[in-house]
Amino acid sequence: MLTHLPALQVLIPLMAAPLCLFLRRPHLVWMFTLIVSGLAFLISVALLQQVMVSGPIIYEMGGWSGPWGIEYRIDRLSAFLSLIITAMSTVVLIAAQTSIDKEIPKNRQIYFYILFLFALTGLLGIVSTGDVFNVFVFLEISSLSTYALIALGKDRRALWAAYQYLIMGTIGATFILISIGLMYQMTGTLNMADLAVLLPEVAQTRTIFAAFAFFVVGVCLKLALFPLHLWLPNAYAYAPSIVTAFLAATATKVAVYLLIRFTYSIFGISFSFTTLPLQTLFVVLGLVGVFVASTAAVYQKNVKHVFAYSSVAQVGYMIVGFSIGTTAGLMATLLHLFNHALMKGALFLALGAVMYRIGSVQLSSFNGLGRQMPFTMAAIVAGGLSLIGVPLTVGFVSKWYLVMASIENGWWPVAVLILLGSLFAIVYVWRIIEAAYFKDPVAGKEPAKEAPLAFLIPIWLLVGANIYFGIDTRLSIQVAQAAAHSLLGISP
Amino acid sequence: MTTVLGLYNYWIVVVLMMIGLYIVIANGNLVKKIIGLNIFQTSVFIFYISLGKVDGGTAPILVEGVELYSNPLTHVLILTAIVVSLATTALGLAIVVRIKEAYGSIEEEEIQIKDNKEC
Repeated sequence: MLTHLPALQVLIPLMAAPLCLFLRRPHLVWMFTLIVSGLAFLISVALLQQVMVSGPIIYEMGGWSGPWGIEYRIDRLSAFLSLIITAMSTVVLIAAQTSIDKEIPKNRQIYFYILFLFALTGLLGIVSTGDVFNVFVFLEISSLSTYALIALGKDRRALWAAYQYLIMGTIGATFILISIGLMYQMTGTLNMADLAVLLPEVAQTRTIFAAFAFFVVGVCLKLALFPLHLWLPNAYAYAPSIVTAFLAATATKVAVYLLIRFTYSIFGISFSFTTLPLQTLFVVLGLVGVFVASTAAVYQKNVKHVFAYSSVAQVGYMIVGFSIGTTAGLMATLLHLFNHALMKGALFLALGAVMYRIGSVQLSSFNGLGRQMPFTMAAIVAGGLSLIGVPLTVGFVSKWYLVMASIENGWWPVAVLILLGSLFAIVYVWRIIEAAYFKDPVAGKEPAKEAPLAFLIPIWLLVGANIYFGIDTRLSIQVAQAAAHSLLGISP
Repeated sequence: MTTVLGLYNYWIVVVLMMIGLYIVIANGNLVKKIIGLNIFQTSVFIFYISLGKVDGGTAPILVEGVELYSNPLTHVLILTAIVVSLATTALGLAIVVRIKEAYGSIEEEEIQIKDNKEC
């Protein structure tokens, strides 16, 4: 049983999804989905422990060994990512039923859970598989269910956002497919470990250059790197609140994982950074992304839009850390993956609570909410501080490591720009705080009540994690460091 | 000359790919965009299938007297990709139907105008 954990982690949500149809009652389905997600979380904890102690686990599907068979390869990076995904999905699901009661019609609620489980399957599959074609298949499983999840939003603009995301996402995924085809053409293998061995021999060919270019563009569409981020703000803003919280905490993270996996483990860092000018390109795009998206966030009227643009900016930070190319830089990116999931999960869930009570997340409807919903607003303040990078929050930890990594590498201007970017976060977070605490509620409107416990528990769990991992950084740093070391081939 | 004629399958792939992408980018009609996406994906299917062809090889069926077979793996891969593309098309068209119900139009420009009014 224990040896099958890598496969079970993906298979349990996959098998559970159609079973939801038999349960029929939304509340039952919710309990069931929560249990399945919790189970996946426990498995990922077990896997992470095992991997940290005894190194990568290789699981051969159906007993066919690689490179012919498909293998699942769980190393420290994969285990870390699946821990983030399953932890976030479980926490977010606690609030799911309460939230979708207001946002999704009763007869569609079961489908929400089915799609949610498929999205979870896809994301977990991407991080566990050791086969590049399998990556494409899981990528499409998660993307297709995500498009449908976004289209469940009650505003009609959700449909338009889902359609745009579908077009962009499919182009991105097809680019990745082309890249996989080109690599297969040159090496005759689809196994990641095997590719890493065979690629260097043929690396100096135009085919592999083209494969790399297709891959980078495809994955950047998926991770919403500036200037390919245009699908993201509307998709996040009009999707049901729970979907936004789940996607913001996991989907772009998995795309960053893919980028790291392909450039570091498959193409190899010397090929990506030395032969091709990926480093310069990504530092520039990452920093420009931080500033453009943060500026856009300042001018938004819809608070979900504010945090969606802020997500684009945060992806910029991750890409800067990634392109530094040292252990410290990679570690900063991995830390930020984890920390950003915690912040955005908390913030978007809190917005879900506001949506639940007021039915709108326009900035103007936040007026006076500080007194009416004190716990929810306190959570937004805490999440916002973390986003800015105030000490004692996780945001500070990842910014600190990112700045240190760029200074260590002699990139002073980059370090200064990263800090300047944080100033923008102060502005857009302040606008929300100002509205909530310093403006009077609109006269004649019935005061909103505090959010129900189903919201407050997961929100404060995440806020607690934001503060806990901001003070006691042992777990996150230890894992991120170990993952960065094994990616760069340094034995810890 | 060999690069033009000898690699004709890749030229077809590239031409189809560009036609598909162009339709997706330039056309404002949502259904036509999805058709463009389909052409784009089809070009990738052809690319994969032509990868598997081995010069002088026959279909990968075990028969006596044949030594050289084409690579069947790319065919299997692309069967999966065709299923994915089918699902994408179905989902895309379903969303277009609901867009038509909600906006009363499937032209990109008209939808944008209606959205801008709401903001």
